[in-house]
Amino acid sequence: MIPELGTFSLILALLCAIVQGTFPLLGAHRNHGHWMNLARSAAWSQLVFVGLAYACLTVSFLSHDFSVRYVALNSNTQLPVIYLISGVWAGHEGSLLLWALILAGWTGAVERYSSAIPQEMLARVIAVMGLVSTGFLLFIIMTSSPFARQFPIPLEGNDLNPLLQDPGLAIHPPILYLGYVGFSVPFAFGIAALLAGRLDGAWARWSRPWTLFAWSFLTIGIALGSWWAYNELGWGGWWFWDPVENASFMPWLVGTALVHSLAATEKRGVFKAWTVLLALVAFSLSLLGTFLVRSGILTSVHAFANDPARGVFILIFLSLVVGLSLGLYAWRAPSVRSTLVTSPISRESLILINNILLMVTTATILLGTLYPLVMDALGLGKISVGAPYFNSVFVPLTVPLVLLLGTASVIRWKQDKLKRLLWILTPILLISFVIGVLWPVFNMPHYSSVAILGVTLGVWTFATAVVGVWSRTSGGNRWRRLRNTPSSFYGMTVAHIGVGVFAIGISLTTAFSIEKQVRMAPGDHQLIGGYDFRFDGVIDVRGANYVAQRGLITELKDGLPVSRLEPEKRTYQIQKNPMTEAGIEAGLMRDLYVSLGEPLDDGRSWGLRLYFKPFIRWIWLGALLIAFGGLIAAFDRRYRSQSGIRNHPPSAATTPSVGI
Amino acid sequence: MVGLIVVGCTIATGLALLALRENINLFFSPSQIVEGTAPSNTTIRLGGMVVAGSVQRGANLGVTFVLTDLAEQVTVTYEGILPDLFREGQGIVTQGKLDSSGRFVAQQVLAKHDETYMPPEVNDALRKVMAVDQ
Repeated sequence: MIPELGTFSLILALLCAIVQGTFPLLGAHRNHGHWMNLARSAAWSQLVFVGLAYACLTVSFLSHDFSVRYVALNSNTQLPVIYLISGVWAGHEGSLLLWALILAGWTGAVERYSSAIPQEMLARVIAVMGLVSTGFLLFIIMTSSPFARQFPIPLEGNDLNPLLQDPGLAIHPPILYLGYVGFSVPFAFGIAALLAGRLDGAWARWSRPWTLFAWSFLTIGIALGSWWAYNELGWGGWWFWDPVENASFMPWLVGTALVHSLAATEKRGVFKAWTVLLALVAFSLSLLGTFLVRSGILTSVHAFANDPARGVFILIFLSLVVGLSLGLYAWRAPSVRSTLVTSPISRESLILINNILLMVTTATILLGTLYPLVMDALGLGKISVGAPYFNSVFVPLTVPLVLLLGTASVIRWKQDKLKRLLWILTPILLISFVIGVLWPVFNMPHYSSVAILGVTLGVWTFATAVVGVWSRTSGGNRWRRLRNTPSSFYGMTVAHIGVGVFAIGISLTTAFSIEKQVRMAPGDHQLIGGYDFRFDGVIDVRGANYVAQRGLITELKDGLPVSRLEPEKRTYQIQKNPMTEAGIEAGLMRDLYVSLGEPLDDGRSWGLRLYFKPFIRWIWLGALLIAFGGLIAAFDRRYRSQSGIRNHPPSAATTPSVGI
Repeated sequence: MVGLIVVGCTIATGLALLALRENINLFFSPSQIVEGTAPSNTTIRLGGMVVAGSVQRGANLGVTFVLTDLAEQVTVTYEGILPDLFREGQGIVTQGKLDSSGRFVAQQVLAKHDETYMPPEVNDALRKVMAVDQ
């Protein structure tokens, strides 16, 4: 009964999405008020019905309704409740439903918080989101219904993939999807502006907070995925350049470019056409990401659901979205007139360089990710592109980006003086370099140019950010000036400091991590990174739905125990896959990390992986700061109230906007 | 400005293609290795099924095992801990170099997290052999 109600709700949601995607669009075209008004009710009804379908699936999981094939495949009566709830998005069908729900949610939010936007514009935005939703709901209903029944009904479910039974991975997909799907909002704003032929600074101001929200969620989502891989895969790594990681990283890079160029478009009326293009590309890459992960086209640990038939549907959908939006862009964009960048020494030209670097980075990652697929499709042999490729193109492109980022907080819009900038920045750069050289010398075991580079960049971003706030608020009452500085500026400052923290984390972890694979019998000692580890043997433990062998490792200082690490090797009862759960002693300055390998032939000894990972927490801390900065900027007063918009007329109003 | 951008992008593309050429790892099946089509002393990927009873632990963490595509066999040596799902009869992919004696020295052993999973490359290689047999 409940699953049928779910299917029925999905069909009703599809009908709402079709109405939402057509009538408001036609209404806006013909200036038909009632049709435009349909956007509101259609969007909300769609949200209600998708929400109902989603609730039905959750209830099916909670009540162990194994007649539903998807439930039987992804859960089990022994499964803890939290994983029954997260099991809804463990597979292909459920994650698409989550996608649709989040899309409907974003649509509702746009409808709710856009009272300041002209009716015609809003109608088009909601309609474009309705069209995207139509595609996804059609996809779910036609090829991947999560409510499909099966007979005979199994007595027990197949259990959730043990890899996914981890709190980090339970919340990773929803957060990541909030980001992916969130890029549909700037996409819809961009398409609506192109349709209306009104590509002025206003659309940039309207899309900016939404883009910042989406981008922040995507940042957190990617960081969570990385953190999970570190905890759960037992290799001590945090990023593998796996195609699926790249699939989420590419929209992030383009989203980062978009966040910056939106600021330039809003403030200065520059790069209008380029910014719209970025909005289109960011969402297209989000769709490509979904396609890459969910079609099983990749050889990857992430491709849980493999079904090429569905891939064909997404491919058609993707080509429609990309083709139509780029076609519209090619038709309308040439008539857009942007303000020209007046001086190469200005914040906008810095943003231009930032955008170029980010897009080139995206292109190289896209090349490395798709190249093996293309070679395979053309029958030119099976290849894989290794992490060294990505590292060797990523690092040279990112270092100048971080150097530029430091100047961003000090440089002015429109025109600045090179002499002034050099006067402020040269001492900071020198001091950063000195600290960069000294820090590793005093704290680390050996010389490393990577560490010097990373610490220099980290100190550089931090110092320039602080100087940026200081110089912006000097003159007059500092406290008042601090309070009057818009939160988007503080957001930028926090996010840029996050990049510095991230750079320090990456470089020090890369330069000074120590890894040992060792054979240890109970009582054996190993010295690693100055820490003394004693292996005390392995005991058997039982979890809710698994049995585990738990290794006991004691960390000693001067012969006395300091802490205990307990890595596990779990075997889940239904799916007999062994799973590694690392034992981690986390710290701000270093992690100690142990994972169990395998029992060796003498019956007492084990193969163990021991790691000393300095500053690895800084990587995720940096990512969180970046996301936090994005959220601070998204809550800027200017975006919120209608009156705020009236008090701050768009600077682009001084430049001619093109109407068709 | 535009000239600078063009030059920059050209350099970036050149570097990317150079890096790509140096870091592509070709995939080979045991039959191809035995035929001698694989280069030695270059990092390549070798995939196949682990032959039952072939896994032998040496001193410390050294291990040797035999990979097959049901037609030919190649002996692989590896120093380190094997992944969780490494088992006899399981399809796996290894990455490493072929030494002069025809032995494959693996730097990495990859096994996927699903007991029924067969790496696509291994699957294709197996299917090719079966097609020839029929």
